[in-house]
Amino acid sequence: MSALKIAGKEFDSRLFVGTGKFASNALMARAIAASGSQMVTVALRRVDIENENDDMLAAIDQTKYQLLPNTSGARDAAEAVRLSRLARAASGIAWVKLEVTPDPYYLLPDGQETLKAAEILVKDGFIVLPYINADPILAKKLQDVGCATVMPLASPIGSNQGMKTKASIEIIIEQATVPVVVDAGLGAPSHAAEAMEMGADAVLVNTAIAAANDPVEIAKAFKMATQAGRIAYETGLASKSTTASASSPLTGFLRNE
Amino acid sequence: MTTIVSANIQSILSKKQLDNNRECWEIALQTVTAEQVRRELASPAGKFSLERLVTLLSPAAEPFLETMAQQAHALTIQRFGKTIQLYAPLYVSNVCINSCRYCGYNKTTQIDRTRLTIEQAVSDAAVIAGEGFRHLLLVSGEDTQFVSPDYLCELASKLKEKFSSLSIEIYAMSQAEYAQLFNAGIDGVTLYQETYDRDVYADYHLAGPKADYDGRLDAPDRFASAGMRRIGLGFLLGLTDWRIETLAMAEHASCLIKKYWRSQISFSFPRICPATSVQSQWPHLVSDTNMVQMMLALRLCFADAGIVLSTRETPEFRDNLMNLCVTRLSAGSKTNPGGYASEKTAAEQFEVADSRSPEEVARIIRSHGYEAVWKDWDVSFNKLG
Repeated sequence: MSALKIAGKEFDSRLFVGTGKFASNALMARAIAASGSQMVTVALRRVDIENENDDMLAAIDQTKYQLLPNTSGARDAAEAVRLSRLARAASGIAWVKLEVTPDPYYLLPDGQETLKAAEILVKDGFIVLPYINADPILAKKLQDVGCATVMPLASPIGSNQGMKTKASIEIIIEQATVPVVVDAGLGAPSHAAEAMEMGADAVLVNTAIAAANDPVEIAKAFKMATQAGRIAYETGLASKSTTASASSPLTGFLRNE
Repeated sequence: MTTIVSANIQSILSKKQLDNNRECWEIALQTVTAEQVRRELASPAGKFSLERLVTLLSPAAEPFLETMAQQAHALTIQRFGKTIQLYAPLYVSNVCINSCRYCGYNKTTQIDRTRLTIEQAVSDAAVIAGEGFRHLLLVSGEDTQFVSPDYLCELASKLKEKFSSLSIEIYAMSQAEYAQLFNAGIDGVTLYQETYDRDVYADYHLAGPKADYDGRLDAPDRFASAGMRRIGLGFLLGLTDWRIETLAMAEHASCLIKKYWRSQISFSFPRICPATSVQSQWPHLVSDTNMVQMMLALRLCFADAGIVLSTRETPEFRDNLMNLCVTRLSAGSKTNPGGYASEKTAAEQFEVADSRSPEEVARIIRSHGYEAVWKDWDVSFNKLG
């Protein structure tokens, strides 16, 4: 399995994990370890980014994981940019998962504001990983302004519905020149495997791990599924056929010749 | 201010409509069958329709509370995770120009009246911050002279250092005043209609600005227009039929959600509590079972609404509700101004039933398998943060 490269940094794991919704920070730490992930996103609203002893940050070993602060809760570009800048000033981390989600119910991303914020942040030296609807044109525009990845959603965040936007994600993967990380809505390891088999460069999972009965075991399952999907993609699947190939109902008579 | 949504709400909840609705809703509630409840519980949880809410609030749904609880529990964990957020109220004044028959701050009541200066309020807030809280709710009687928008803005500017989120639960204001507060970093408002029944409202709100039913009903429209991110709704449980009130509140919420789609709705469940010089007999007291049914029915119609529980409720009841669908709890509350930093006791708005310390409540939350979340917002979102 090849390594994933984002903004010049290599990652052996292609599973990104979120940190919200866990029953405790200790459990979160164990689940992250079991996931094998090297990229961990945290909501800036949830942590005191300048405080090393913050209960959540203290549970994430930053020597092992790339911390990916996210702007969850931002209603527009201005809020996301302000939050990102203050967080970088306090923590020195230039990576940002850009989330502009003005609707607090489905948390769907605002493409227009995301593009506006991405442009400003990239110019400002940030490594920007934007969370977007599965919109191939928007993905191209974000790529053009210098985003390090694009992160289209599989289905609404936290919904565990799986690859509802599959047809559009296929187009994004086909056209992208930056890594495509399928984010949001992956509810089962099989969903992650499906995204990876399609050629996604990575997947991000939070709710499906954090809200599971046993987050540690499920994290392991997602790790395996992500790897399985990637290996299958790199190796290539056997071609599909709509019929079984053993019998030849139409031409079988020829064998009697 | 008249806007489309307030027109909608006004027409839905206008006297004529509400009277018509009440009759219709009463009949509907009584005629729901067990089979209808079963059918409703077999459909996907979390989406609002009036028919669905009528079904789940009906007496016929009472035998299904366990199934409703299982669904509400699962939906809450899916949407909010295994977390419960903690907040604390800070009472800044118990002076009030209203005369509400259920309230300990009623202007005709002889109690010790206290107003906190900015410095005193900051001292109380420091105690609250020291307990770990980052979400603060500023509460006051309708003390327009002292607790003015300027007072609140000045206080907000001093509190932003210590708190991640500032909300208010005070008297209804104008849109311009709400905008002034929003720009100062206050981004949530809780305002209870108390009752959606105009006649009952008039009966309980005898004098003062709060006696204006429409002015109050319109207030969420004004503060949501001003940009407020969090809209807290509720009615006082005990004034009139809780089922009808819940339907009216849900209609109100549904209108607000559609128009102010950037703001998040939460529901609170203030049950009438004993207070100084307040009558102790109420015609429509709400039992624990009723309250649980109300919470579950709302959750099963509003997947992402905050469900807030204060220290009005007993420790046992609060502990049990943690596992159902509650997302936000207050703890260690003092409902008398200055109650955190000073031993001197001003009159409380109501008697706190759960007097456990915040750390103790956090420990109980953790023992239920939830993370006690102290911070889930950041002042940097706001312009002046």
